[in-house]
Amino acid sequence: MEILILLLALFLLSLFLGVELITKVPPTLHTPLMSGTNAVSGITLVGALLAAGSDSSPILVNGFGFIAVTLATINVVGGYLVTNRMLAMFKRK
Amino acid sequence: MSPSIVSFVYLVAGVLFILGIKGLTKPKTAVRGNTLSALGMLIAVVVTLLDSSIVNFTYIIAGVLVGGIIGATMALKIQMTSMPQMVALLNGFGGGASLTIALAEYYDNLGSAPSSFAELLSPVTISASAFGQGAEGTIALISIGLTVLIGAVTLTGSFVAFSKLQELMKKSYGLPGGPIGNGILLFAAAAAVIALVLNPGNTVAMVSIVCLALLLGLFLVMPIGGADMPVVIALLNSYSGIAAALAGFILGNTVLIVAGSLVGTSGLILTQIMCLAMNRSLANVLFGKMAAGGDVVDADEIYAGKVTSAQPDEVALMLEMAERVVIVPGYGMAMAQAQHAVRELADAMEARGTEVEYGIHPVAGRMPGHMNVLLAEAEVPYDKLVEMDRINPTFEDTDVVIIIGANDVTNPMARESEGSPIYGMPILNVDKAKNVVVIKRSLSPGFAGLPNPLFAMDHTLMVYGDGKKAVIEMTTALNQA
Repeated sequence: MEILILLLALFLLSLFLGVELITKVPPTLHTPLMSGTNAVSGITLVGALLAAGSDSSPILVNGFGFIAVTLATINVVGGYLVTNRMLAMFKRK
Repeated sequence: MSPSIVSFVYLVAGVLFILGIKGLTKPKTAVRGNTLSALGMLIAVVVTLLDSSIVNFTYIIAGVLVGGIIGATMALKIQMTSMPQMVALLNGFGGGASLTIALAEYYDNLGSAPSSFAELLSPVTISASAFGQGAEGTIALISIGLTVLIGAVTLTGSFVAFSKLQELMKKSYGLPGGPIGNGILLFAAAAAVIALVLNPGNTVAMVSIVCLALLLGLFLVMPIGGADMPVVIALLNSYSGIAAALAGFILGNTVLIVAGSLVGTSGLILTQIMCLAMNRSLANVLFGKMAAGGDVVDADEIYAGKVTSAQPDEVALMLEMAERVVIVPGYGMAMAQAQHAVRELADAMEARGTEVEYGIHPVAGRMPGHMNVLLAEAEVPYDKLVEMDRINPTFEDTDVVIIIGANDVTNPMARESEGSPIYGMPILNVDKAKNVVVIKRSLSPGFAGLPNPLFAMDHTLMVYGDGKKAVIEMTTALNQA
């Protein structure tokens, strides 16, 4: 239960931090912000790895894990690369 | 590796994500921010791979290979004009990842291995503490149910958004009863979540949540289209983050919670900005209704005999004299791929000593910041891209405004005609400028379906035709002058 409260505290504080940070992002960078946050939400890869790699589990679990790893990797790789491509264009001048 | 080291590395990764987003608050620091964020992702993944419970690398390697190839190909091939589609897909994949993680966690805790599709549905008797003792077990089940629900809605909703943006789906479909139909679906899905929490072995409830939520995602987005897409994309972005944060609660994983809530708030804030920029409530956008029509405005009455058209070379004559020009781009510029041509026209004007700026409405295009990315691709410096609140006071001192592919965001009815459906929406006050040039294919209405009195004003010139071609002709004429 204590752990749960800690997680909840972390969640709430992150929400407040998110509001503070995101409102400072200028409209010019809103598209890279969206693709960049998509890449960050690919952090689900961490959970996906645990589901795909556990040996004791039924094949169904590994199967879901495989799909999750694939989708999350698309987000991570695609998200960071495309964000970088866009931001490089903003940096040019 | 000891759990405390793993937790510490997750903490570092979370900090790097935060610094990454902080970098995005300035164009100069943005690339570094993105790199820091990617570094955070790398260390989080590496430390997870060292976890002793991961013994089977077959699925992991396969998934990373497949996902990496698809992701890299998409990111490197995508055209900047199609960025809304790309983000829609990424939102969907994010939702799908959270959905499948929750399903994996659920069936793993059930402990029995369904070997056929029928067994997927057969009820399982499990001990009350399979998902944790007492309240913890309940919370874990609620998290699983909600992650599945939001993840599935994000998955199908995003694919519908993608099909709409890619123009694979052109019509709008909705459930009978519209919002009521969606409400019933949502209610049923929520009931299934409750059933799952009360009886964790009730696999039928789990499969029901999945199916109902997938349907809900379809029917939520199918009635919405066109200029409302920026709101939908921002909202789905938020959902994908919330789903990730909930997945963090299932796994008790701190970095998932931090990253997920950052993404969730980001999407919500962008949604709010988009709604404010259209002067519409979120409910109003989601249920696909414009404000009730008021007086029917007859387009013929507004336009008849009052619209002046011009050729690109006539416009060039005007630009020659201009001291200050503002370019207002809209979705039409993206459609015509005219961003490079526009930049060249601006270069030609600047070479003659004209001051050129770009006026960007927050909902111009199909996603937040769409126009800025296109113009950045065409190497327009970002300090020339001026947001609505800052450009509006300058229109009175502007000699020529060139509107390319924008319509509703310049409609003075939003300011003046109280009965109008778009009344109250903040617009770019282009009509205050000395001259207005509108490059457009025809007088057809924009997404709001309204005629635009701007086109009939005395100081407005309409240049009909393809945006890119018209702009190139203007540039040529200006260079010859």
